[in-house]
Amino acid sequence: MKSAEKKLLLEVKHLKKYFQVGKNQILKAVDDVSLDIYKGETLGLVGESGCGKSTFGRTVIQLYEPTDGRIVYDGREINGSLPSAERHGFTRKMQMIFQDPYACLNPRMKVIDIVAEGIDAHGILKGEERTKKVLELLETVGLSEEHANRFPHEFSGGQRQRVGIARTLAVNPEFVICDEPISALDVSIQAQVINLLKELQEKRGLTYLFIAHDLSMVKHISDRIGVMYLGAMVELADSESLFEAPLHPYTQALLSAIPIPDPDVEKSRSRIMLEGSLPNPVNLKEGCRFASRCPYAEQLCKEKTPEMKEVRPGHFAACHKAM
Amino acid sequence: MDELFVKAYVDESEKEHIARPNLTALQDGWLRLKKNKAAVVCLFTLIAIGLLAILAPEFSRYSYKETNYDIIYQIPSMEHFFGTDQFGRDLWVRTWMGTRISLLIAFVAALLDLTLGVTYGAVSALAGGKVDAVMQRIIEVLVGIPHLIIVILLMMVMPAGIWTIVVALSITGWVNMARLVRGSILKLKNQEFVLAARVLGTSTAGIIWKHLIPNTVGVIVINAMFTIPSAIFTEAFLSFIGIGMQEPKASLGVLINNGYQVLRNFPHVLIFPAIVIVLIMVCFSILGDGLRDALDPRMRK
Amino acid sequence: MSRLLEVNQLQVHIRTQHGIVQAVRGISFYLDEQETLAIVGESGSGKSISVKSIMGLLPKNGKIVGGSILLEGKDLSKYSERQMQTIRGSDISMIFQDPMTSLNPTMTIGKQIVEVLKEHRKDMTKTQMKDRALELISLVGISNPETRFDQYPHQLSGGMRQRVVIAVALACDPKILIADEPTTALDVTIQAQILDLMKDLQKKIKTSIIIITHNLGVVANIADRVAVMYGGQLVESADVRELFYQTEHPYTKGLLASIPKASHKGGELTAIHGTPPDLMDPPKGCPFAARCTKTMEVCRQYPPEDMLCGESHHARCWLLDERAKAFRE
Repeated sequence: MKSAEKKLLLEVKHLKKYFQVGKNQILKAVDDVSLDIYKGETLGLVGESGCGKSTFGRTVIQLYEPTDGRIVYDGREINGSLPSAERHGFTRKMQMIFQDPYACLNPRMKVIDIVAEGIDAHGILKGEERTKKVLELLETVGLSEEHANRFPHEFSGGQRQRVGIARTLAVNPEFVICDEPISALDVSIQAQVINLLKELQEKRGLTYLFIAHDLSMVKHISDRIGVMYLGAMVELADSESLFEAPLHPYTQALLSAIPIPDPDVEKSRSRIMLEGSLPNPVNLKEGCRFASRCPYAEQLCKEKTPEMKEVRPGHFAACHKAM
Repeated sequence: MDELFVKAYVDESEKEHIARPNLTALQDGWLRLKKNKAAVVCLFTLIAIGLLAILAPEFSRYSYKETNYDIIYQIPSMEHFFGTDQFGRDLWVRTWMGTRISLLIAFVAALLDLTLGVTYGAVSALAGGKVDAVMQRIIEVLVGIPHLIIVILLMMVMPAGIWTIVVALSITGWVNMARLVRGSILKLKNQEFVLAARVLGTSTAGIIWKHLIPNTVGVIVINAMFTIPSAIFTEAFLSFIGIGMQEPKASLGVLINNGYQVLRNFPHVLIFPAIVIVLIMVCFSILGDGLRDALDPRMRK
Repeated sequence: MSRLLEVNQLQVHIRTQHGIVQAVRGISFYLDEQETLAIVGESGSGKSISVKSIMGLLPKNGKIVGGSILLEGKDLSKYSERQMQTIRGSDISMIFQDPMTSLNPTMTIGKQIVEVLKEHRKDMTKTQMKDRALELISLVGISNPETRFDQYPHQLSGGMRQRVVIAVALACDPKILIADEPTTALDVTIQAQILDLMKDLQKKIKTSIIIITHNLGVVANIADRVAVMYGGQLVESADVRELFYQTEHPYTKGLLASIPKASHKGGELTAIHGTPPDLMDPPKGCPFAARCTKTMEVCRQYPPEDMLCGESHHARCWLLDERAKAFRE
């Protein structure tokens, strides 16, 4: 993000999403996460399985009802209390791209109808104009007219994902949550989709929340990155700072674990190896979630849950020992 | 070959070209079904039986109730293809008339099953939570009661006739369909394309009609395919034990009952309706199996 | 020099309802003792089918239609199912991507290891087998082997399960371990642990490893040599350093250019446009011709020959031919 004008587009305040998974068993999938996203930026959200990043995205876009917390979009409060007519209009502004290209398209619908779904839902265009718009969108994502009358199973993963992107663009959104859009794609196709997303962002002034577990790809596309662990945000900073000087021990371990495609460098690296594995996410107790695996853990860490503090300008971390 | 070491012209569109032919799920399913020879044979057999059931009685000079005490119990001949029964009635016409009635009962019963089962299952799955739980408990209770006993009781209480049988069959048959439809919709509800539809602002009705039902049709059709032979058998059984159709109207079950009583001396009376009913049931089952394999997208590739 | 494993001109066809898919179209590679070969490729490249052929685990509609697979001189492609059963688990083992489905959920992990021993090591007594199993559990880095022996797969985490899968695979000291995307389903931090474990075990047990992956970082981490597959063919093979630093084939170059490097941010990733070819109707010439930026006419008409471009560095590309010199300039 270049210029100084930083208009706040989305404010998420103390968002909680809990699931009841059994008698007296509560899974705190998202536990008190706060986040601000500015217009035009790409905020990357990373973490490993069970960290809650996908749940966070889906709660923000109202697929799940938040257990607690506030979501403010463009100055308007949007969690659950919107009258349905307004909510309908609001769905045009915030959209989502999904992970699994093999499940995100209705196998019984033709591509032209899939892409036009949003248009049809809001009654924006009909007939000739509708067809024209769909063909335009297909071209924007690198597909063509010959694809319009085909069915999803005839396409490759990368092509399907692009159909999904065309569908999202059809309603002219401002803010797009990308929920692991490239994880299920081959490496060379990932680059195609990422380039397309960046191009669309520039041309249409889109704002992205980019959820992924592939840190290198996230770094490539994001202005700022948030790291989540077991439902909590543990670090938030701009991409450069996060990679060059990670503050949270989990981030440090995560970065050191990514294999680098360079044999000389990779084979001579020293790694931070994490002991053990994720603790049981159900019924978590007080104290830092990462304490059981942290090489620097102390008594304080086990007793008191750390809060996100601005350790350096613009660089936040939830760790008692970060400085 | 040396001259070929120059820049080639590569058509941009080639890069994204799809070689396979453009097929709808239906066309694709049909192609796969065709490969299953047994299923195709059964399909044509059923069509043949259906045509005979509709046309044979119309084109014969005998009627199904015309009696003629001079020619009772005649073996098959050029005059009477299937022979005659104890009242001298032509068995060819009676068999096809019976088939017509049996098939009619089965189809209507299957249709009612379908309507009731699909609606119940869909509502249960979409409502979710407590409503779903209650609806499922009701089904479990119904399943526990012996199906045949309910049918027989109903038959004894209501006036005899085709519609009574149809209602009796439908009353318990819909449960299976409801469960299958509920299962399918529960699975579909959480698929990403349904989530995408919600995010795009599609109304609930839109989601049901555009996304949930079309992807459940396969399950519905296949289950219906199996409901039909089940209905035919139950009806035949009822008629066989004497509480089905009443004379002179005949279903296959009635014919078999009549034939059974004189099996020793005049086997021809039983054999023909028996063959027809067996053919119908076997063919629907094999066709149903074939359809399931052909329409199941997971078995692709 | 006799190799441990030699695959020559392997061809595999898969019969589908729409026609025959030429999944593997004549690939040749070798594996020596105590080395790790990485086979890299994307979906549809034929990498999984190739190794399944080695193991005799092709699906019912798949068939080896040409070539040979020589394990210490014996041609596995001609072996019957019974013969392959004696080889699997004892000479060659395989581990798969998903540790959740690779283990039997109703058997304790100790029992699963012992089962393999029962099959191939009939000379061992029950006690010896249990001891060996405990040894293996410990060897793969799981603490408290005595307790773990009696636990069921669902009581272990994903990373631990994959360790158990490795233990089962290595129970009989196989000469070759084939790992088909062993870390793709695991979190990055666990992936690092498992890769280190595999390298460690290789030194201890002196086994050779064939690892299939699409992740070039993993390749850089663990491989000694690399073979790159595309469109059912082997387009480049070399030592790992030569592959990364002296890449010859345009597809490999494209792959390397399409992954973000940790160093630079922003800018465009050099994507390879288009999609892989349909192997039911494979292209006449080079499988990569439609997507390559340097395609020549000869590339579209004739499949490139295997060219040597360095010590034991092979690539199938017409650009390496003498006659392409003028074009290259």
